[in-house]
Amino acid sequence: MSAHAHNPAVLHHFADAEQQKESATLGMWLFLATEVLLFAGLFLVYTLFRWKVPYVWVKESYLLGITLGGINTAVLICSSLTMALGVHAAQEGKKKALIGWLLATMLLGATFLGVKAIEYHEHWEHHKVPGLNFTYTVPYDNAHPYKVPEQQVFHFLYFCMTGIHGLHMVAGLSILTVIAIMAYRDKFSTTYYTPVEMAGLYWHFVDIVWVFLFPLLYLTGNHYTGGH
Amino acid sequence: MSSAHHVVPLRIYFTIFFLLIVLTGFTVFISKFDFGVMNLPVALSIAIVKATLIMLFFMHVKYSSRLTQLFVLSGFFFMGILFFFTFCDYLTRAWN
Repeated sequence: MSAHAHNPAVLHHFADAEQQKESATLGMWLFLATEVLLFAGLFLVYTLFRWKVPYVWVKESYLLGITLGGINTAVLICSSLTMALGVHAAQEGKKKALIGWLLATMLLGATFLGVKAIEYHEHWEHHKVPGLNFTYTVPYDNAHPYKVPEQQVFHFLYFCMTGIHGLHMVAGLSILTVIAIMAYRDKFSTTYYTPVEMAGLYWHFVDIVWVFLFPLLYLTGNHYTGGH
Repeated sequence: MSSAHHVVPLRIYFTIFFLLIVLTGFTVFISKFDFGVMNLPVALSIAIVKATLIMLFFMHVKYSSRLTQLFVLSGFFFMGILFFFTFCDYLTRAWN
């Protein structure tokens, strides 16, 4: 135990604040590595089917449209900026700015989920919910029969990937709520703001997942012009 | 390891945000063109650039310790193994 000014936020089994923060950062990235592998399985199945039936992927992706997905992409990038600004405010010990940026991030996150809900409703109305409400689209051409089961696979993967991503958004919103309450109760200082930074890592990770989901799910059929 | 209290200038955050928006517009624009089998590599390349920008600057990986950077890469390394061996199998199934 050092005799000089002891930081109350440093737990006694750590040598100093820096070591404590390094441990938290490593642990968080280890967790995020497992998250990468959680989504990796889905990306693998996506890639396999896209490689086997590219024409199905193009047309079914085209049916999703790009407007709402594009809006949500912009919303999430904005939320990553506000999150980064929140961590910056925490580093500088600006409590009001920190809470403000956290609330802005949560508002953008909630906007994302709202748009996602509108999209899911559209998929239901377009009969594109596999298993529950699914209609096969018109035949691609004579070489490909009327029912192409992979049409359902595409939308099944769509709901799996965006659904698990959406659950991560809900988790992120819960975490940010806790962080905002902690900030309100003066739990952070310029020498201790690790929870804010770790919550930020999680939020940015969820944004990164969407950075991949948007082109893979929505833009794959953007060049489709009809036929085939 | 001066990482503990490295404060990134705000200018960098706004620059990265601007680049992310531009790259998003670019990936939408370029998806209008059909490059055949190159569609996926083109879309993925832009996404990887965006993800790298987010990790290096928003997630402070550029300013983190070497050990943290190693942990960051580990997840993607094992993802690479998953893809590599799966496609070693599928791409060599001559009987399909």
